[in-house]
Amino acid sequence: MADRTDRWWFGVGAACVAAAVVLGASIGPAGPDWWRVPLEFVNRLPLISIETGVSESEWAIVWKIRMPRVVLGGVVGGMLSIAGASYQGVFRNPLVGPYLLGAAAGAGLGATLALTVGRGVTSSWAVDPVPTAAFVVAVASVMVTYTVGAAFGGDRTGVTLVLAGVAVVSFTSAVQTFLLQRNLEVFREVFRWITGSLANATWGDVGLVFPYAVVSVVVLLIHRRHLDLFRVGGDEAATLGMSVARTRLTIVIAATLGTAAVVSVSGLIGFVGLIVPHVVRLLAGAGHRRLLPLSLMGGAAFLILADIPGRMLSNPAETPIGVVTAFIGAPFFIYLLRTKRVGA
Amino acid sequence: MSELTLNGISVQYGDRTALRSFSDGVPAGEWVGLIGPNGAGKSSLLRAVAGLVQYGGAMYVDGVDLAGLGDRDRAQQIAYVPQEPLIPGDMTAFEYVLLGRNPYIGYFGGASRHDRSVVDDVLDRLRLREFADRMLGALSGGERQRVVLARALAQETPILLLDEPTSALDIGHQQQALELVTELREAQQLTVISALHDLTLAGTYTDRLVMLDHGEVIAAGPAREVLTAERLGAVYRVCVTVDVDPEDGAVIVVPRRGFLAS
Ligand SMILES: Nc1ncnc2c1ncn2[C@@H]1O[C@H](COP(=O)(O)OP(=O)(O)OP(=O)(O)O)[C@@H](O)[C@H]1O
Ligand SMILES: [Mg+2]
Repeated sequence: MADRTDRWWFGVGAACVAAAVVLGASIGPAGPDWWRVPLEFVNRLPLISIETGVSESEWAIVWKIRMPRVVLGGVVGGMLSIAGASYQGVFRNPLVGPYLLGAAAGAGLGATLALTVGRGVTSSWAVDPVPTAAFVVAVASVMVTYTVGAAFGGDRTGVTLVLAGVAVVSFTSAVQTFLLQRNLEVFREVFRWITGSLANATWGDVGLVFPYAVVSVVVLLIHRRHLDLFRVGGDEAATLGMSVARTRLTIVIAATLGTAAVVSVSGLIGFVGLIVPHVVRLLAGAGHRRLLPLSLMGGAAFLILADIPGRMLSNPAETPIGVVTAFIGAPFFIYLLRTKRVGA
Repeated sequence: MSELTLNGISVQYGDRTALRSFSDGVPAGEWVGLIGPNGAGKSSLLRAVAGLVQYGGAMYVDGVDLAGLGDRDRAQQIAYVPQEPLIPGDMTAFEYVLLGRNPYIGYFGGASRHDRSVVDDVLDRLRLREFADRMLGALSGGERQRVVLARALAQETPILLLDEPTSALDIGHQQQALELVTELREAQQLTVISALHDLTLAGTYTDRLVMLDHGEVIAAGPAREVLTAERLGAVYRVCVTVDVDPEDGAVIVVPRRGFLAS
């Protein structure tokens, strides 16, 4: 009975993702008429041939410019949302998101480092050093948080860990501000990175983050049942036979790796990882068996769609996607809070 | 079907000692009632046995040292109902009771049909069937307490620790819950340790009472010997009369008006 409801929800989620992908690939300032694009996709399937009137150069716009952006948006949105849902579950705290333990602040610092002090060294490099630096410092920050939190906490509540995260985030942000304030010439570049963007995404970017995201998502999905145990608190979960500290560590590592990987390419897209899990909870319930896959799909669809208005409002510069997500997402979330009863 | 041996168990919070060198042997199938005033150390003892606080001393289940068991193995031996369970309001009663099956589910596994049927069975026995699909947040305090008891029973352990399991139950459901524990205890030789504030119920349902005060054992034995008016007066600072039913020997503690001079 419950499984049929699950399947129904997963079907709805998959349909949302598919619709978002089609819209995301079809709409844009240049390229073919929007309605020709879905037809052309069908045309490109093996054994099927229809006349769509899409030229090779138009198709190149769809395939080389829009599709990487759509796919990267899906990966980033899905990853941030499932990581956010996992963090919220493991810390039993609705206010935490995937950036809680310092992944975002660390990535920001890494990018700033690469764009300031690293500039002289890396300017001649063939590869862009920013994503690598962002990823490395993000992972390092979370490791510091965890070491500090575990050393002084050792408790089953995870509160110490959250507080350690707050300290690490403040510290990394301070270092970043310090660096920026001495290198104002890169301010614009860093700002653009911090606000997050999917513009200029390539298939190479997608290939860069995809392996991390897949591993992370698989590990998190495996832990859906464990996340439900966290809902009765660490103490009771322990008496129910869960190794709380180890399970929490596994989940946090998986969520952090995926988060660090996606933000190192997309920049810090806020709001998605915090809010999408809540929307899913309000609509489909709080059990993680449903919550995690639906957050993955909902986050992917949401970010792909949120990326569309930014392309159209591109004068003088593209509207940052983080602004769009909050602009659409916040009112929708408030609407849901009003119509659904929370916490019952 | 397990014997629990406690050797010199002490519990300390910082430099406050909550339990001092508690020793007892609970044979398989026995029900021990822990009584004593607030702060006596009852919960501390139960939490130590459940593995939730650091303790001094040693505990054995059928001769096996509990300190050497992993979380999962311990959870197959001991089920614990905390005094104040953390209730996830947005979880259904069925899902919640199903959590009790966790010790039998592999790391990568999910609940089996057997696990679900155990849960159904427990829900039926506690007459919670109608609440199965209700959210815990939408249950009354007493209904919730029975669901927590159901979770512990679904764990199917030989040892059951209950910390005030009936504090929120009406007189009928109190009796029903305690009768169920009695029935299970007889059918499956469950070993039960419970903290109970209602002294009459404690005396009626348990085999033996242990009275704690300030972390130490004040008295232990059958209700008739432990529950005397003088002792209760001294330990609880309360004015009571204690009647013994001439027919079945049940001990009835009746509070009286008035203060005890201190
Ligand atoms: N986490 C804690 N930190 C510090 N002291 C504690 C803690 N928990 C309990 N205590 C103290 O230990 C003593 C024993 O507490 P315990 O909870 O075992 O009492 P109890 O017999 O269960 O009381 P009650 O009938 O009120 O439930 C009390 O003095 C209490 O203040
Ligand atoms: Mg207590």
